[in-house]
Amino acid sequence: MTDMTNAAAPAAAPKSSLLQQDARTRRRNAAETRFKAYGIAAIAVGLVMLAILLVTIVGRGTGAFTQTFITLEVALPADTLDKKGNRDPEEMKKVSTFGYKPLLAQAFEAKIAATGGLDSDLDPKKMAGILSDSAPAQLRDFVLADPSVLDRTVAFEFLASSRVDGYMKGRVSRDSIAQDKNISVEQLDFVDKLIAEGSLEKRFNLDFITGSDASDARPEAAGMGVSMVGSFFMMLVVLTLALPIGVAASIYLEEFAPKNWITDVIEVNISNLAAVPSIVFGILGLAVFINYMHLPNSAPLVGGLVLTLMTLPTIIISTRASLKSVPPSIRDAALGVGASKMQSVFHHVLPLAAPGILTGTIIGLAQALGETAPLLLIGMVGFIASNPPDSIASGLLDPNSAMPAQIYEWAKRADPAFYERAWGGIIILLVFLVTMNTIAVLLRRRFERRW
Amino acid sequence: MNDMRLSERAVDAQNIKIAARNVQVYYGDNHAIKDVSVDIEDKTVTAFIGPSGCGKSTFLRCINRMNDTIDICRVEGDILIDGEDIYDREVDPVQLRAKVGMVFQKPNPFPKSIYDNVAYGPRIHGLSRGKSDLDDIVERALRRAAIWDEVKDRLSAPGTGLSGGQQQRLCIARAVATEPEVLLMDEPCSALDPIATAQVEELIDELRQNYSVVIVTHSMQQAARVSQKTAFFHLGHLVEYGETGHIFTNPEDPRTESYITGRIG
Ligand SMILES: Nc1ncnc2c1ncn2[C@@H]1O[C@H](COP(=O)(O)OP(=O)(O)O)[C@@H](O)[C@H]1O
Ligand SMILES: [Mg+2]
Repeated sequence: MTDMTNAAAPAAAPKSSLLQQDARTRRRNAAETRFKAYGIAAIAVGLVMLAILLVTIVGRGTGAFTQTFITLEVALPADTLDKKGNRDPEEMKKVSTFGYKPLLAQAFEAKIAATGGLDSDLDPKKMAGILSDSAPAQLRDFVLADPSVLDRTVAFEFLASSRVDGYMKGRVSRDSIAQDKNISVEQLDFVDKLIAEGSLEKRFNLDFITGSDASDARPEAAGMGVSMVGSFFMMLVVLTLALPIGVAASIYLEEFAPKNWITDVIEVNISNLAAVPSIVFGILGLAVFINYMHLPNSAPLVGGLVLTLMTLPTIIISTRASLKSVPPSIRDAALGVGASKMQSVFHHVLPLAAPGILTGTIIGLAQALGETAPLLLIGMVGFIASNPPDSIASGLLDPNSAMPAQIYEWAKRADPAFYERAWGGIIILLVFLVTMNTIAVLLRRRFERRW
Repeated sequence: MNDMRLSERAVDAQNIKIAARNVQVYYGDNHAIKDVSVDIEDKTVTAFIGPSGCGKSTFLRCINRMNDTIDICRVEGDILIDGEDIYDREVDPVQLRAKVGMVFQKPNPFPKSIYDNVAYGPRIHGLSRGKSDLDDIVERALRRAAIWDEVKDRLSAPGTGLSGGQQQRLCIARAVATEPEVLLMDEPCSALDPIATAQVEELIDELRQNYSVVIVTHSMQQAARVSQKTAFFHLGHLVEYGETGHIFTNPEDPRTESYITGRIG
């Protein structure tokens, strides 16, 4: 008590100058500078991490959006494809994809003959090996769709096999394929020739965004489209259930419910639910929706129900927060002119809280969109090579995957071509999430509090 | 005290609009209003004065049952308006509040247009037959609140964009638009500057023609300027009630006297 204050105050008072910092001030300023430096360092670390993340994702994922295509003129002889010659599609279906395979080899042979030979003695069958396994099916679908093309020569664009695609993207080289029986050095020489000739090129591949998943042997044909549709139907379920239920629950708890120990318990439990790991909701969904209610496995409806359970606490908490932020004077004003409780809530409080509610809902949806763990338990992860659903009912009930589950599925597969697609899928998912969060931020900005 | 302009005290024998009998209000264990009985006259401005925390607002809010919205609040005793017990089980507080308008301490217009602010009450009570009728009601209410000339050109502008004094007059217009019989005002001028206060006070004096006005104020000059009757509250008791002129010049209770002489304004 006496040492510092008394000694300093009367004796030093006449000498102290504002132009000269005393030791205490210097120490305080130094501490402040240090603290700012810590803060800046922390932010810098965060930014560096973010930059690394973005660079990695973009660097590894953009490749998935381009694909190698081979342009090839294929003759479609009627005598092999339509043996009876009556152009009846039912009859023509008897020719399987194996029947179409030799046509591709012949097409390559013709091409080589026209362009003047090959250095190596690669047989035409091996030449056709640089095409994706989906090439014969593509031919067959084309012919069955329109039998009048028979006996003509048509130019096709085929997907190259994933090894050739990897060669174009630098993932595969002549050294790295020594042990690889799917491709040989001769085939790569052949590819180089096709590049020089201009019939093989890498370009943007819309099918990666719109297509469906493909089997292990055809990574080049796999796409996110169908799992996107699965995610869309799940979000539809979440939105139509979680928003009304969450908002109704919040309004009741915030505006109508008496404040007693029961509502306290409910409140505490809602906060706790928000912190429950999502896989718990997954196993709950498995037990209740699938084992007990016998809803179909792997269905977006079930996924949506599980994600609804997971999203509800988030929506309730944010809705209650935005209801709380509406000043009580607005409620008083409404009640004061003789509005009922419900009128005051629906005419005045809810419109003012709406931006906050929407923001919370969008953030909840974004969370649900990126959620994978609960989907593991209800069978939405795995190879689901379905076609896009043709109706809302089949969209909800047919087995499907979801974007994050599809990404997980690809990352699990051995072929590095799938690994690239996983990163590409991450980019698509992030685009969705960033868009949703941007909408949330814009909404908040647009409807800044107006009182 | 001498410079106070006491408003006209001529209160002719009028009928009683609000009669409170043995009113007790509790906030949980806090006994906020203790055994208050008072008769408030029609077409009169009655002022509630007293030190802060003495229960003026609480008692005022009993008259339109705004205390119902506070969970822990409990009201005992009877309050009669025109001889009807407003705490009767049959009475719907929402219906009551259409009849007993209220203006709050802080101007609280809805974040909507000026027009919608005033039209809200008539709309929810179904007081208008069609758009032009509603326009008339809005205009009449705004005129009565002495703000029509200032806002008639911008009825669709937000009410929250007006100045504080204008906002408070808009709130008064909103309250009178539902054609109430009683108008409760809880320190309506405490957030206003002197000029806006003068305008609102003038308005209150005019409103007396049609309504029974009860005003809580912490300013004794204001009570003296606008009211004909004054009630002095202290620690939850109604200490003294009578003609404003009488209370201010000739208080009977020593507590009233010390409040009036000890704290001016
Ligand atoms: N909402 C409330 N909840 C609990 N106690 C309250 C509430 N409002 C007022 N009170 C209490 O009631 C008493 C009277 O308050 P109030 O009527 O606001 O006084 P005044 O308006 O005269 O300043 C005070 O003791 C106050 O603490
Ligand atoms: Mg008060």
